[in-house]
Amino acid sequence: MKYIDDTVVMKRMKSRLQINKFWKAIFFIATSLALFALVILLVRILSQGTGYLNWDFFSNFGSRFAEKAGIKAALIGSIYLMLVIAPVSMILGVGTAIYLEEYAKKNKFTDFIQMNISNLAGVPSIVFGLLGLTIFARMLFLGKSILAAGLTMSLLILPVIIVAAQEAIRAVPKEQREASYGMGATKWQTITRVVLPAAIPGILTGSILALSRAVGETAPLVVLGIPVILQFLPDSLLSEFTTLPLQIYDWAKRPQEEFQYVAAAGIIVLMALLVIMNSIAIFIRNKFQKRY
Amino acid sequence: MASQGLEKEQSVQQLIAQSRNKKGKKIVEKLMPLILIITALISVLTTIGIVFTLIFETFEFFQRVSITDYLFGTEWLPFSGSEPLYGVLPLVLGTLKVSVIAACVAVPLGIAAAIYLSEYASDKTRRIVKPILEVLAGVPTIVYGFFALTFVTPLLQQLIPSLKIFNALSPGIVVGIMILPMIASLSEDAMSSVPNSIREGALALGATKLEVSLKVVLPAALSGIVSSVVLAVSRAIGETMIVSLAGGATPTFEFNVTGSIQTMTAYIVQVSSGDAGYGTTIYYSIYAVGFTLFIFTLLMNLLAQYISKRFREEY
Repeated sequence: MKYIDDTVVMKRMKSRLQINKFWKAIFFIATSLALFALVILLVRILSQGTGYLNWDFFSNFGSRFAEKAGIKAALIGSIYLMLVIAPVSMILGVGTAIYLEEYAKKNKFTDFIQMNISNLAGVPSIVFGLLGLTIFARMLFLGKSILAAGLTMSLLILPVIIVAAQEAIRAVPKEQREASYGMGATKWQTITRVVLPAAIPGILTGSILALSRAVGETAPLVVLGIPVILQFLPDSLLSEFTTLPLQIYDWAKRPQEEFQYVAAAGIIVLMALLVIMNSIAIFIRNKFQKRY
Repeated sequence: MASQGLEKEQSVQQLIAQSRNKKGKKIVEKLMPLILIITALISVLTTIGIVFTLIFETFEFFQRVSITDYLFGTEWLPFSGSEPLYGVLPLVLGTLKVSVIAACVAVPLGIAAAIYLSEYASDKTRRIVKPILEVLAGVPTIVYGFFALTFVTPLLQQLIPSLKIFNALSPGIVVGIMILPMIASLSEDAMSSVPNSIREGALALGATKLEVSLKVVLPAALSGIVSSVVLAVSRAIGETMIVSLAGGATPTFEFNVTGSIQTMTAYIVQVSSGDAGYGTTIYYSIYAVGFTLFIFTLLMNLLAQYISKRFREEY
C-alpha cells in the first residue's frame, strides 16, 4: 500500500520551488536596495561637492559667503581633537581590557563592570554631551576647549575600545602565557612582553575604527557649545576650536543654496579622512594580525 | 650577570629566586593591577557621572516645573516668554514617529538582507557585501542628515506635494537606512550560528531553501534577530543629527508625518546651539529631556540583553 501519492507531491513541489525562487529574488532586491542607498549617497555628494574642492577651500577660514568659505579651522580642529582622544581613550580602554582579561576574578564585581560597559555602549552620544557639559565644561572649568571635547569623546568611544581590546587579548592563546610563566616570567612581564605584542594589531585596528567614529560625531560637540565659525587656529589644548562635522552642520543648516555645495565639499573631506583611517585599520589587520 | 652567577655556582632556581626578590619588580607587580583597576573604574565612574548629572539637574528642573505637567502635558512651548509650557509628550511623540518609520524601513529590509546573506548568497558574495554594509554603518550621521534634507525630502515632495520641508517622514526613512546595516549584520550573525546539520536535516526531508530559512533557521535565530531589532530601534531613538537637520523644530502632538516635528534629541541640540543662559529653566529642561531619553534607551538595551540571554537556543 502506498502512503504518499507521487503525483500530488510532484505537483506541489513545483509551486513550492517557484515560491522559493520568488522570495529569493525579494531577498536579493532588499540586499541590493541597501547597497543602492550607499551608491546614491556617495554619487550625490560627490557630484555636489567636487566643484567647491580647490586649494582655497582648504586654506580659507569659515565665512558668511559661500565662495569664500573654507575648511581650514575645522580640519585642523578635528586633527587636534584626535590627538587628545587617541591617547586618553587608548590608555583607559586597553588598561580596562587588560584588567578584565588578565587580572579580574570571575565574580559579581567583574560581571558588574562588564555589564556596565555594554550598557554604556548603548547610551546615546548626546547624553555624553550633557555629561561633558556638566563635568568637564562647568565643574572643571574647561569650557569649550579641545580638552573638554576630547575628554567627552574619549568616554564616548571607551566602551568600543575596551571590547575590541578584550577580544584581541582573548585571542592570544593560553599556551603562550603558560610558556612565559614556565620560563620564570612574572605576570606583568608576561603581559607586556608576550600578550600585548601579540594583541597590539587587533587593539590598534579596533581603536582606529572607534576613533573614526569620534571624528564623525557631532551631537556631543553641539551640546558642549563648540563654536562653528572661527577665524583662528587653536594654539593650545585649552583654546576654542571647531571640527569638520560641526562646520558641515552649520553649512547644511543655512538656507542659501550655495552653502549646500559647500557642505557637500566638507562632507567629501570628512569622508576622505575616514576612508584613510579605515584603510590604515584594515592594513594593520591584514598585515600584522596573527591567527592561532 | 649570568656569568657572575655561574662563578658562584648558583643553580637556575636560585637565579630565578634572586631576580624575583628584586625590589623594583615586586613593586611593579603589585602596583600595576591597582593602576589597571583604576582605569577599569573610569567606565563605572562614567555611568555614575551620567546618572548623577542627569538626576541632579533634572531635580532642579522639577523644582520649577511640576512632574505631572512634564510627564502628561501635551504642549511643549519653552520659549513662549510669559507662560512657558513644559509637557514632554510632543517631543516623545516626535521621537516615536521617527523611530517607528525607521523600523518600518529597516526591519523588513534588514532581515531580508540577513536571510539572503546567510542562506542564499555564496561565500564570495557575502565577503563582498558585508564590508559594504559596514561602510554604510560607518557613515557619520551628519552626512545622513545632509542627505535627508537635500535629497530625500525634495524627492518625497514630488510624490507627496503636501510634505513640508521639515517633516517626520524623510528623517524617519534615512534613520532607517542608517540602522539597516546593524539589523542585517547582527541578524546575519545570529542566523549563521545556527548549525548546518539542522539545515541539512530539513533539506533532506524535502524542504525548499525558503522553507528551511523561514521555518527552521529563523525560529532558531529569533532571539538574536529580535535583540538586534531592539538595539537598532534604541539607536534610532538616540539619533540626533539627522532629525535636527531634517525634522524641524516644531514639537506637535499630532500623528501626521508630513509636518514639522521635534524629537527629544533635536530639542537638546536646539537649546545648546542657542544661548540659553546657565541656570535658566530652559537650561535645566535639556537635562530633564536627556534623562527621559536616557531612560528610553536604557530600557531598550536591557530588553535586548534580556531577550538574547533568556531565549537563546544553544547548540
